[in-house]
Amino acid sequence: MATAAFSHEREHYLNKEYGIRSWLLTTDHKRIALLYLVSITFFFFIGGFLALLIRLELLTPAGDLVQADTYNKLFTMHGQIMIFFFLIPSIPAVLGNFLVPLMIGAKDLAFPRINLLSWYLYMCGGILMLHTLLTGGVDTGWTFYTPFSTAFSDTKVIEAGVAIFINGFSSILTGLNFVVTIHRMRAPGMTFSRLPLFLWSHYATSIIFLLGTPVLAITLLLVVFERAFNLGIFDPNRGGDPLLFQHLFWFYSHPAVYIMILPSMGVVSEIVPCFSRKRIFGYSFVAMASIGIAVIGFLVWAHHMFVAGMSLYAALIFSFLSYLVAVPSAIKVFNWTATMYKGSISFSTPMLYAFGFIGLFTMGGLTGLFLAALGVDVHVTDTYFVIAHFHYIMVGGAVMGYLGGMHFWWPKISGRMYPEGWGRLAALIVFIGFNLTFFPQFILGYLGMPRRYWQYPPEFQVLNVLSTAGSTILAVGYLLPMVYFLWSMRYGKIADDNPWNATGLEWRTASPPPTYNFEETPLVTWEAYEYDKMTLPAEVTLER
Amino acid sequence: MSDSSVAVEHTPELRHHFADMEQQRNAASLGMWLFLGTEIMFFGGMFCAYLIYRLAYYNEFAVASRTLSLPIGTINTAVLICSSLTVALSVRAAQLGKQKLVIVLLVLTLLFGLAFLGIKGYEWREKFVEHHIPGSSFSFDEAMPGHPEAKIDPRHAQIFFSLYFAMTGMHALHMIIGVGIFAVLILMAWRGRFTPEYHTPVEIGGLYWHFVDIVWIYLFPLLYLIDRHK
Repeated sequence: MATAAFSHEREHYLNKEYGIRSWLLTTDHKRIALLYLVSITFFFFIGGFLALLIRLELLTPAGDLVQADTYNKLFTMHGQIMIFFFLIPSIPAVLGNFLVPLMIGAKDLAFPRINLLSWYLYMCGGILMLHTLLTGGVDTGWTFYTPFSTAFSDTKVIEAGVAIFINGFSSILTGLNFVVTIHRMRAPGMTFSRLPLFLWSHYATSIIFLLGTPVLAITLLLVVFERAFNLGIFDPNRGGDPLLFQHLFWFYSHPAVYIMILPSMGVVSEIVPCFSRKRIFGYSFVAMASIGIAVIGFLVWAHHMFVAGMSLYAALIFSFLSYLVAVPSAIKVFNWTATMYKGSISFSTPMLYAFGFIGLFTMGGLTGLFLAALGVDVHVTDTYFVIAHFHYIMVGGAVMGYLGGMHFWWPKISGRMYPEGWGRLAALIVFIGFNLTFFPQFILGYLGMPRRYWQYPPEFQVLNVLSTAGSTILAVGYLLPMVYFLWSMRYGKIADDNPWNATGLEWRTASPPPTYNFEETPLVTWEAYEYDKMTLPAEVTLER
Repeated sequence: MSDSSVAVEHTPELRHHFADMEQQRNAASLGMWLFLGTEIMFFGGMFCAYLIYRLAYYNEFAVASRTLSLPIGTINTAVLICSSLTVALSVRAAQLGKQKLVIVLLVLTLLFGLAFLGIKGYEWREKFVEHHIPGSSFSFDEAMPGHPEAKIDPRHAQIFFSLYFAMTGMHALHMIIGVGIFAVLILMAWRGRFTPEYHTPVEIGGLYWHFVDIVWIYLFPLLYLIDRHK
């Protein structure tokens, strides 16, 4: 308790002001990051609850828990909430908001008020989405495919579309803030070749935010106009082309997958060198791979439409381009592995998540190649194989990275350490629960179980029971960190400024940082990840 | 360097997280350029749809395009180009510190913008009268002007008008936002906020306005000038 009293003497961003106004009207990027943390956690558990209902329904072959209509709404709302209100903002809006200025030695993002505005837009979209959920929901699937969404569905398509439209502007403004900040606000000496890889990946993500999100915005708006004002742009009765909708939709929604995975890759690129005590292997390749993924990611969207009736020649080209994304992704995986090679690895919680990320992302990526292959794709389109594949990327990849990053930077964010033992246990539970949930779905899909059905033939039951059992374990794994993070805010050990002996600028200021981040603007004279030149203080070596 | 540090102390417009005025101005201008990039993608979705349907239903697009009033469209284009000129001049006036001229030019821009919206509203009203609004009351002549033996498909003409309303509607929305921006800029200029050292809002407001103009420069030939040469 004596130490707690000591920590209150120094002014930092958490204790500078108190009261609800000081949070809701803040322009401090660190406080806005925490606003986002609370709100996305809320939506994560709502989306997760919907997922559990889906898994419970699939426990038995018959449709006994819910009927088809409700089931359609469950998977639609699960997808929309998880993708637009959790995965896309998760790392950029929480960790990115907190760390981008700290990592480049700036006092704040370039546009602090726009940053706050983006949180309010997120909340407006989120509340509208919740209202949609509570007053009947949507049943179009998260993809809003026309003409079902424009002409046939009698659910709240307009409201959900507007919610996602508003939320999109929150993403655009966050991305705009990051790009301008990284270009214009770097501390003296922080050249682009010294940028932490977390920032390169956020830069790439921001490019996708800026170029992709507006296309989704106009596409959803046209769907809303078609329902509300009878415009006929996608209406087959008037000569409109539903395939055009799919092209426009996936032009954003495929790169959106990279919005979710790139920031996670950035987190892993920070964790792996730190807990291997080694310089990252191939810095410039990892950095350029992020940009490469962002660029190629814009050229592969039609692999979602191989069976939709598009031209075979186009399909061939999109298939080839989809294979190409594997190159920068593999570069990253190989470089992380090479960084660990002969490193002095410690199995702390963030590193466990990084291990989980690398393994599960590799699984998800390799099965993505199956789906990029035209012949195999025809066989497994719209089966559980696809579900398993993208959950390996998004949950196995993106969420593992998010949790790893939350543990890595929690001492900086809160000024407290989380309980390491519980942390490792939770990481293990998440890994086991995840694989038990989603690996059986690869087999189910390969055997031909289609996605989006509330009933299935009895021979699929064993694998479905395994999957449902896994999802409950996964739920425990996700609840644990929330509990001990909250616990640690009061009872956790006081964190040092640099508990992991990491090299980044964010570790050279106090934990938690003062409102303007640094006492004076730092002068950077070193490259990122100079772990080989860093000597550990004796006490830290002992603790390990 | 000593110059800029003097400027820092004497400029109340400098926000705390920037090192100097130049950094602040560069950030604002880059931010607006990036935002305009997102706007290109936003309108790009509609331009893409336009391209596909124009190639597929060229005859219907040509006939439907001829029902739009060429004189009104031309006048509106001229109005918008004039407003771009007044914006450009107002930025220059702000750089030179001519505060009254800034206000006059900004007011002129605002009036041009409102004139454009008024004329656009009149055009939309005409479409209502002619039953060219997509939906159940839509009606369009099947006969092809000049070729009585050939027929066009009114349903495809409906797609033209869907795009017409979506594109000009989104453009008008951007104009309305622009008018709001200029109202704020006029207020700021009235209070003497702009100096030769600090007039970033006029600059980036002007950038936005030019962008909205350029969108119209594309919309005008695409919507009004299909097949007019015959």
